[in-house]
Amino acid sequence: MTVPTNPSPDLATPSATASAPLLTSTSSRLTQVLGIGWAISVVLVVCAAFWWSEPDATQGELVRLFYLHVPLAILEYVPFLLCGIGSVLFLWKRSEWGDLMAHAGAEVGVVMCALTLVTGAVWGRPTWGTYWDWSDVRLVTTLILCLLFVGYLALRRVPGDPTTRAKQAAIVALVALIDIPLINRSVEWWENRTLHQKGTIAQGKIEDINAFATLLGFIMVGLGIAFLMTHRFRIAWLERQVDRVGLDDAIAHRRAEAATGVDASVGRTPEEGGQQ
Amino acid sequence: MLRDAWLIAAKDLRIEWRSRVATNQVAPFAFLILVLFAFALDANSAALREFTPGLFWVAVLFSGMLAIQRSFSIESSDGVGDALLLSGIEPASMFLGKALAIFLQLLALEVILAVAVLVLYDAGIEDGVLFATTSLVAAAGVAAAGTLYGVLSVNLRVKETILPLLLLPVLAPVLIGATRAFNDALGTAAVDGWAWLGVLGLFAVIYIVFGSFAYGVLLEDS
Repeated sequence: MTVPTNPSPDLATPSATASAPLLTSTSSRLTQVLGIGWAISVVLVVCAAFWWSEPDATQGELVRLFYLHVPLAILEYVPFLLCGIGSVLFLWKRSEWGDLMAHAGAEVGVVMCALTLVTGAVWGRPTWGTYWDWSDVRLVTTLILCLLFVGYLALRRVPGDPTTRAKQAAIVALVALIDIPLINRSVEWWENRTLHQKGTIAQGKIEDINAFATLLGFIMVGLGIAFLMTHRFRIAWLERQVDRVGLDDAIAHRRAEAATGVDASVGRTPEEGGQQ
Repeated sequence: MLRDAWLIAAKDLRIEWRSRVATNQVAPFAFLILVLFAFALDANSAALREFTPGLFWVAVLFSGMLAIQRSFSIESSDGVGDALLLSGIEPASMFLGKALAIFLQLLALEVILAVAVLVLYDAGIEDGVLFATTSLVAAAGVAAAGTLYGVLSVNLRVKETILPLLLLPVLAPVLIGATRAFNDALGTAAVDGWAWLGVLGLFAVIYIVFGSFAYGVLLEDS
């Protein structure tokens, strides 16, 4: 995505250029490297999951979905965590950078969370015999986490003063993030009420090629999150700049009208025009 | 600080008492929800008795949502919000005051709903202490989280729609925990209600503490 730098070079746009260099695209050298790395890792995971690895002794062919689902289920917390860090940075230091990172983190996190739930449901149907199980606390809390941030994104879309909205969003994000430790520990807390298997990787049950495929899955999802986060962050940054340039343009137009003495479009003097 | 909180709570309760909105609209609505559940479950007495804990708490959350919206709509008219800011009362006291008023209204709602489920759903209380403690602790959690999100959404043009979307997922642990605890108290399922009461207590403490700090941030320019 590219946007024209400055549509009217004769008008001064001081605040847009003073605070930071004007971005012209959502891609950068970093996102290009991340994107190429992500594409390569997707190919490698597909090869590892479908050709190189063997079916599992107990799960059979279903284990192949594991290489996508498990990394998603674990790394989905990273964007939400970045959203929390960004929110704290905003509340503490009034950091615009933190606010944009929080927004980007929430959006990418919701996508990852939804993918986790979908891949989990597809995996659960043949493994557990059901797409969804309401008594599984981990499933339900992941769903709640997803819904919490759907609300967060809805709040961010409500028009209004960006600073006020950023404060409100930061509080909502922190409230939502109090839920995450509960989710992470829930498998242990409500042990008798979960279908989830406990830390297969930690117990050393996964070996060799399967471990390699899982590792590749983690790299793929990690690169994907980094790629999407960086792009989303830069889109938000560009949107802020467009807003500022638009405001500066409007102010410059008014000043130009004032300088010519008469507002030609309405046919009034600047004093009268200024009272509109 | 607590004296100021009580002043705010007393003001809110006085307005509710004089306007009769809570008694004439919110309480009948809560009762209506219980009637609708009976229609939805096809007048099946056994099912109603079995699911009484969950239905009770869903009714509390939905009618509590109205009480929370009401509590903040009285602040948004006639410059009451600005007057409160100018009064010099600390934001934490304001938070505790608003939450206390909502808490007491929720308790009143719970008493009405409890009598209603005992009569209409033929529910029986086996552990009265657990029943009462759960009602108190869960109401405290709902009031704290509700007050925080109430002030956040009060000045939004979409406040009626955004408040339930933001608040209900946050209250999901309360609904689950309170329903489980009531399962034990009403004898509808063999669970350890006191363990779930711990979850409810943790929720209430977290949101009372967090809300006391965050309320000021949201007040500044909302």
